[in-house]
Formats: sequence, structure tokens, C-alpha cells
Amino acid sequence: MAKYIAQRLMMMLLILFGVLTITFVLSRLLPGSPVEMMLGHHPTQEQIEEARAELGLDLPLPLQFTRYISDLVQGDLGKSLRTGRPVLEEVTKRIGATFELTFIAMFWVVVLGVPIGVVSAVRQNSAVDNVARAGSIAGVAFPVFMLAMALQFIFYGQLNWLPLQGRLDAEILLDHPFERITGFYLIDTLLAGNIEALWSALRHLTLPVLTLVIVTLATVTRITRNMMIEVLSEEYIRTSFAYGVPKVRIYFQYALKATLIPLLTVVGLTFGYLLGGAVVVEFVFDWPGLGGFVVFSIAQNDFPAVMGATLVLAGTYLTINLIVDLLYYVVDPRLRVQ
Amino acid sequence: MSSPVTTKPFETTGPGKQVLEITDLKVSFPGLFKTVQAVRSIDLNIGVGEIHGLVGESGSGKSITAMSCLGLLPDSAVVEGSVKVTGHEINGTPEKQLARLRGGGAAMIFQNPMKALNPFFSVGQQMFDVIRCHRDLSKNEIRAEAEKALQAVQLPDPHLALKKYPHQMSGGQLQRVVIAMALACRPRLLIADEPTTALDVTVQAQIITLLRALARDHDLAILFITHDLGVVASLCDRVSVMYAGEVVESGSVGDLFANPSHPYTRKLMSTVPKLGLGEQSLDFIPGQVPDMSSPPAGCAFNPRCDMATDACLQPANKVLVVSKDTDVSGKHWAACHHVTGKKPSSETALSETLEEHNA
Ligand SMILES: Nc1ncnc2c1ncn2[C@@H]1O[C@H](COP(=O)(O)OP(=O)(O)O)[C@@H](O)[C@H]1O
Ligand SMILES: [Mg+2]
Repeated sequence: MAKYIAQRLMMMLLILFGVLTITFVLSRLLPGSPVEMMLGHHPTQEQIEEARAELGLDLPLPLQFTRYISDLVQGDLGKSLRTGRPVLEEVTKRIGATFELTFIAMFWVVVLGVPIGVVSAVRQNSAVDNVARAGSIAGVAFPVFMLAMALQFIFYGQLNWLPLQGRLDAEILLDHPFERITGFYLIDTLLAGNIEALWSALRHLTLPVLTLVIVTLATVTRITRNMMIEVLSEEYIRTSFAYGVPKVRIYFQYALKATLIPLLTVVGLTFGYLLGGAVVVEFVFDWPGLGGFVVFSIAQNDFPAVMGATLVLAGTYLTINLIVDLLYYVVDPRLRVQ
Repeated sequence: MSSPVTTKPFETTGPGKQVLEITDLKVSFPGLFKTVQAVRSIDLNIGVGEIHGLVGESGSGKSITAMSCLGLLPDSAVVEGSVKVTGHEINGTPEKQLARLRGGGAAMIFQNPMKALNPFFSVGQQMFDVIRCHRDLSKNEIRAEAEKALQAVQLPDPHLALKKYPHQMSGGQLQRVVIAMALACRPRLLIADEPTTALDVTVQAQIITLLRALARDHDLAILFITHDLGVVASLCDRVSVMYAGEVVESGSVGDLFANPSHPYTRKLMSTVPKLGLGEQSLDFIPGQVPDMSSPPAGCAFNPRCDMATDACLQPANKVLVVSKDTDVSGKHWAACHHVTGKKPSSETALSETLEEHNA
């Protein structure tokens, strides 16, 4: 087990190194220079040289790369060109917002998607199954940003039930401030016993979460359904029936546990979709998370910021999938070495 | 062997005390272009404690017949006729009531024990769950019952076995576990669908010996499905030979082996394997198993039969086989135009005779 974890961790580091290399190379090859952004229009040649030297861009590429890595190992992600502040600080400030959004979306996707998938598998071609299938086509076909804006149009523009964007109402910060401990506002406001802020945070979360849930739910439902159908055709399921084990118990205990292993994989992948979706969703809903930060940073050639944020997002995704791999051990007795 | 499992019989109701009564069972699978007639009218009765062999080539409808006994057929199957287990009708009975009868009235064991148990749950978890479904016992009592059942199937160290997962056991051990699981529900009828085919020869023989002992000690009736006439000879009281969804010959093992009357039975016997050669052995009968979406008219065996005549294009009635070797000939019949025997005056006369025997 320890050996397995060590292997996986090594693997993770390798992948992260790969991600780093790719973002580094891309940032140096893509047109558009951070220097222009820093200096505004029509800088003199002298100014440009100066700025390049300051950023270390005048050094040979391999040297730039090793320098970046050695800084990174010391926990230094460089400074954001846009804000002038350490990238690490910018990233940690925003990561809570992204995690709150994606974790809550993840929760709903699993809580809704798995049972709907099970029911679709057990009652193939029933109403539930057909709606789920139609939904999965619609979910995939509809672009995330269109969906986000459609929801804004309906729930803010027409009905005015929910706020347009942001994480909190502006007044809350003035009238009901609270301490940010975890970066998850639902938890922070609860800890502070601040009901007004909690309510505001909930209302702001609703539309972005809904958008993410809609676009990923269908995939999870469909995969659960297909895996469940496969498991239900296994001989050991017939055995359970043959011995008079009640249906509900067979579906939700015996079959679901067998489905759990492929399902865990799906959950890991889903987290990837959600992080990807979060980039767009955060942008549309002006959500102060990493996704929106990445979009702005790319638009402004803020390479250190893009690289730092990408690294953290990739690291998060890999960590989640490492946890998934470890959960296989808990679920599947065949993997446990005696 | 003394019986560690305290067996209180599942109530057997109805006339004749038959544990299994199949009457004119038909099972078909309608498809878009053709309908597969997997079982085409079967009558079969099993009395208390009787071991009844059901033999026939692959695709003759044995498994479908077995599944009908527990209402386990897929939704796509159309079922006609009557199947009564311990007097309770199976066909048309809602799932909930069936669940009670499954395991409790009749339990089933399967061809491949390696696949029959859920790999994600320990043997104990699976056994406890099944026992809990059928008997109102405390946690400790359930555990004790499971251990007793494992002892009854001669599995060493039942306590340890309960903690194991299926992948930690051999095929033979797993088949014992499955049989123990069946026994713990205290069924009156055990349906064994080729329970030894997937096991190696020595283990096959052990399982057969075990089943024989269990049937004797628990007054357990067994419907034993197999390819293997050798096993039938050593285990069963009665045997029915199935071909193309019908029973073509049925009789006590002594009678039928002494005087096989249907040409198909004789073909089977001439290819009878040594115990253990199992599966491949029946493939030696020349010709093809008929396509069950359009079975041959009349006696379904006629395209492969050396004795076939024009008469064979008409359905063959069941004929009582009278032989000089035995005086209990009433229970041995075959459905073949060439059998010279006592024609029963009607179908009912035959079934009465059979019932008399079984009672
Ligand atoms: N679910 C099903 N749908 C359609 N046909 C089936 C199905 N199950 C079995 N059959 C057909 O029913 C016939 C009898 O099958 P089976 O009872 O499994 O034979 P046996 O157990 O004697 O080898 C075969 O022709 C098989 O193809
Ligand atoms: Mg079969």
C-alpha cells in the first residue's frame, strides 16, 4: 500500500512537471509579450530591453526554465505582472472560491446523477430513463457560457429571484462582515453564526452551481446507467435474486457497490470537467475564483499568473484522482493484499 | 452424516405433496423477426426428497426450465402454463411473494461458482443477508446458522470462511459456499443447473457425493441439470431427457438406463462420458441442435434420427414403456412413434400413473 502511494505520488510529480514544461514553453512561444502589457503603447527600445531584463526574459530559455523551477521548489511562483503581487498570494486568495463552487457542484452531480443513473438502468426506457437521455444530449449540446447567460437572463433578468453575479451582496461586507477562515463562505458564515451573510452566499452560489451541475450531470448519469446495466447482467446479481434478496437491496447495495469502482473513476474525471467548466462559469458570473483569474491573466499575457494558477488547478485535479485511486482499495477487496 | 442444520420443512401444500409440479410449461422469447420457443410444453413432477435429473444437449431449454421454477426469467420471456413450487404457483406471482419463495421454497445453485458470488462482499456478508431474508433470527443466531450450514457442506474452518472474499477461495469451496447458502434458507427443492461443469474432476465427484448426502439428510428434493448421463446414473432417482424444448423420455434411472427407448436417449447413452469429461462429450451426436425459432414439425429429433419415417412428421405421443426387466414400468415413458409399449388411453391416464408413482 505504502509502495503504491509512493508510486502514485512520483507519477503525480512527473505529470505536474510535464504540465509546467508545457505551460512554460507555450508562454514563451505564443505571440504577445508581457512587456508590451507592462509598458503600454509605443515604448522605446531601451524601455523594452530594461523590462525584459527585469523579467529575466533576456536569458537563454533553458536558464529561464531552471530558474523558474528552482524558485518554484522554494515556494516562489513569481509575481503577477498585472497586479504586481506574488502569484502564490493571488492564487491562495482565490482558490477557496473555486473549491466552494466545484465541490458543491460535485456534491449535487453525484447525489443526483448516481440515483438517476441507477433508476434509468433498472427501468430502461421508462420516463426517468428517457428524460435522462434527452437531458444528456441537451447538456452536452448546449455551450456552458450560453447556459450560464440563459440562467442569468431568466432568474435575474426576468424573475429577479437570484443575484446576477459575485459571491456576496455588497452590503453584506459592510453590514455583516465575517472572518474568512476556510475560504468556503458557507462554512465561514456558519462558523460566524452570520445568517444574513450565509443566505447571501447561498443565493450567489445557486446559479453558478446550477450551470455546472446541468452541464456535467448528464455525463455522470449516463455512465452510471451503462455501468449499472453491465453489473446487473452479472451472474452474482442473478444469484442474489435467486436467493430471495429484496430488489431494492440488490440494486442499491449489491449492484451499486460493484458499480462504485468505475463510478469513482467517473467522479475523478467529473472533477476535471467541473474545473474546466468553472473557468467559463467564473468568468460569466464574475466569480472571484481561480478560473476567472486565469481567463483575465491569459488575456493580459500575465504569464507567471497563468502558470501558477494552472499548476494549482492541475495539482488539485491530480490530488482528487489520487484519492480516487486510494478509494479503490477501500471498495475492492480483490486489491487488498493479505 | 448427522445433520448440523436443523431443518424445519417449508410448508408443502396441495395434493400429492409434490415439491415441484410443472404442467404444460411453455416459454418463448418474442423477437422482432422471429420468436425463440425455448421451452415447448413440459410436464415435470418432483416428489419430496426425490433427485430428478434433467439431461439434454446445450440449448435444449434446461436452464430456462430451471429459471422458470423460481420466476427468474428475464422480462422479455413469455411464459405459459403452470409451475408450482411446494404448491405455490410461480407464474404470474408478484415479485414480493416470489422473493419469499426463492431460497425458502426452492433454492438454486449455478454452473460457475466463481461468478455466482459477489466479489465485493465477504462470504459472511452474503450468507447473513440471505439468511436474514428468510428467517427471523438475531444477529448471533444468523452467524451460528451460517457456520452450521458451512459445516454441513464440509467446508473446513467455517469461522474463517465467513470472513473470506470469493476471490480467496477455490471453485470447489465456492460451490460448497453456494450450496450452504441454499441450505441455510431451508428449501424443500434445490435446483442445480450444471453445478459441477466448471469444476475439475475430483471436485465434481466430491460435490456429487455431498449433494447426495444432503438430499438424504434433509429430505431435500433436487432438480439436477446436467450434460452428463454418468452423473445422472450415480446420483438421481428419476431422469427426464430434454430435446428442443420438450421432454422426450422420462423414467426411473434404473428403467431408463436398462431400457432407453427414445432414439435420442440412446444416442446420448452411446456418447455417455466418463464422469468428469462433461461438456464436450455430447457434441458427438451428429447433426445440429434445431433452431428454436423454427423447430422441426412433428418429433423434433426426426432430422437427426436414423429411424425417422414419414410418421415422425406428426407429433409423437407419450408412450408407456413396458419392459420385461422391471415391473414398475408405469413411470417410464417416451415420446416416439417407434416405441412399442402401452399407449395410455389419454394424457390424463399417464399423468395419473405418474402421480401414483410420485406420491
Ligand atoms: N434471454 C433470451 N432471449 C432469447 N432466447 C433465449 C434467451 N435465453 C435463452 N434463450 C434460448 O432458449 C433456448 C434454451 O436455452 P437454455 O435453457 O439456456 O438451454 P440449456 O440450458 O439447455 O443449454 C436456447 O435456444 C437459447 O438460445
Ligand atoms: Mg444451461
